[in-house]
Amino acid sequence: MTNLIEIKGVTHAYKTPAGPLPVLDNLELSVPEGEFCAVVGPSGCGKSTLTRLVSGLMKPDTGEVWLHGERVKGPRKTVGMAFQNPVLLEWRTILQNVILPLEIVAGSMPQKDREARAMQLIEMVGLKGFENKRPSELSGGMRQRASLCRAIVHKPDVLIMDEPFGALDAFTREDLWQTMRDLRAAEPFTCVLITHDLRESVFLGDQVIVLSGRPAHTQYVMDVDLPADRTIDILYTPKVADMLHILRDQIKLAQGREPKVH
Amino acid sequence: MLRQIAVPVLAVLAFLGFWEFIVWVNGWPNYKMASPSDLPAAYIRFWPLFLEMGWQTLWRTVAGLLIAVVFGTLLGMAMGFSKIARDALYPLLVGFNAVPKATLVPVIALLFIGQHDFNTVLMAFLISFFPIAVSVGIGLSTLEPEYRDILRSLGASKITIFRKIALPKTLPEFFGALKVAVTLAFIGTNLVEIVSPHGRGLGALFKSGETNGDYPLMFAVLIALAFLGIVLYYAVVALERIFAGWAERPQG
Repeated sequence: MTNLIEIKGVTHAYKTPAGPLPVLDNLELSVPEGEFCAVVGPSGCGKSTLTRLVSGLMKPDTGEVWLHGERVKGPRKTVGMAFQNPVLLEWRTILQNVILPLEIVAGSMPQKDREARAMQLIEMVGLKGFENKRPSELSGGMRQRASLCRAIVHKPDVLIMDEPFGALDAFTREDLWQTMRDLRAAEPFTCVLITHDLRESVFLGDQVIVLSGRPAHTQYVMDVDLPADRTIDILYTPKVADMLHILRDQIKLAQGREPKVH
Repeated sequence: MLRQIAVPVLAVLAFLGFWEFIVWVNGWPNYKMASPSDLPAAYIRFWPLFLEMGWQTLWRTVAGLLIAVVFGTLLGMAMGFSKIARDALYPLLVGFNAVPKATLVPVIALLFIGQHDFNTVLMAFLISFFPIAVSVGIGLSTLEPEYRDILRSLGASKITIFRKIALPKTLPEFFGALKVAVTLAFIGTNLVEIVSPHGRGLGALFKSGETNGDYPLMFAVLIALAFLGIVLYYAVVALERIFAGWAERPQG
């Protein structure tokens, strides 16, 4: 299997008045096609920078980002993005919001086909009946569902999510994890998920990458050996508990604290 | 609906009643202060003049305002997209806005002698573009980066991002500023009409009332101005409902 995303020796620093602030240090990451890669790490370690590099919104100082065997040099149409803030356009209905990427990427697609495609996803995430509502009329969880639809409506090669469920309450979050799982089963995509939630990373990920503290490098890679159709219950099994412990210790290490010995 | 009309109408009636009362209780004669009951006579007597002058004032104000909208929006776009433009233009704009516009009337009158229409429109424009430029500039420069990233990551051009996101997102701020600009433009128009000799429009009518000591006429003009101001203001409100009333209307 080829790697869809390949990040090789990426180092990046932000220019600040107080001098350069290194955020990424020789970061390595590879995600095979169709795989779900969850990235965890301490606060402010450069995880969001990573999303901007993969999406081509930013160029690294040194190192290379490859997508689909091509070096990333700028924004590409084959990327979908979702953020913690759903950033829906308030003046558009949910349906019109979901269609937005198609207006940019698939200029020649007839409006009827665009709507059909958007409706297909809107139904899949359980928003049917809300397609003509405005974002302000929906709950936070529903808005995030719409944001997910928009991120994948144009069938991107890569879905990049930067803490998309971070602002939701625990139960809504679990609902959305399951929605994510079902979406992936229905139409496979490669995904990079930035998260602070270790349970989320294990539930959704095929691999979990732990980044070190700033400047971030790849500190630990865990292969998540769980069935694709996992349920929330699996989070309460001893196997997952062990995995979470290991990740927890890695995070402590990344934060510069001594891991507890088990 | 009934309440929406009844409440402002009652407020206006209460205001007129209070005005009438103040004049009556102080025993002010007509040549000191007119009361609302003096106004109908003034309107009847000078009605053709009111129509003619009112129209002149109105079209000049709207013309100045339209220029202010175009110029202010372009200026705001420059300031919203470029930090250099923002740093360069802000002190100039604030300084210019702080200059009392009445002081500019003689300058303009001398520069463009006899061009009364042009001078009036120019002043209405000069006085009203500032809030539009500032609010468009702020609206664009405070656009959350995620909004831009959504489209930028798809390779959308700057123009597309502006048309699909920045422009509609700035509309509420734009209309807020336009409401301020409408009343300012009226002040600009009347300033020139009143101050410049041989002026036209409601300002000139006010001036002639003053010259003849016709206080009811002067106050009738003021009320007419207030009425025109209210009409224009609600025209803007109607436009706002159409273009930025997201709660009621789908907008592409």
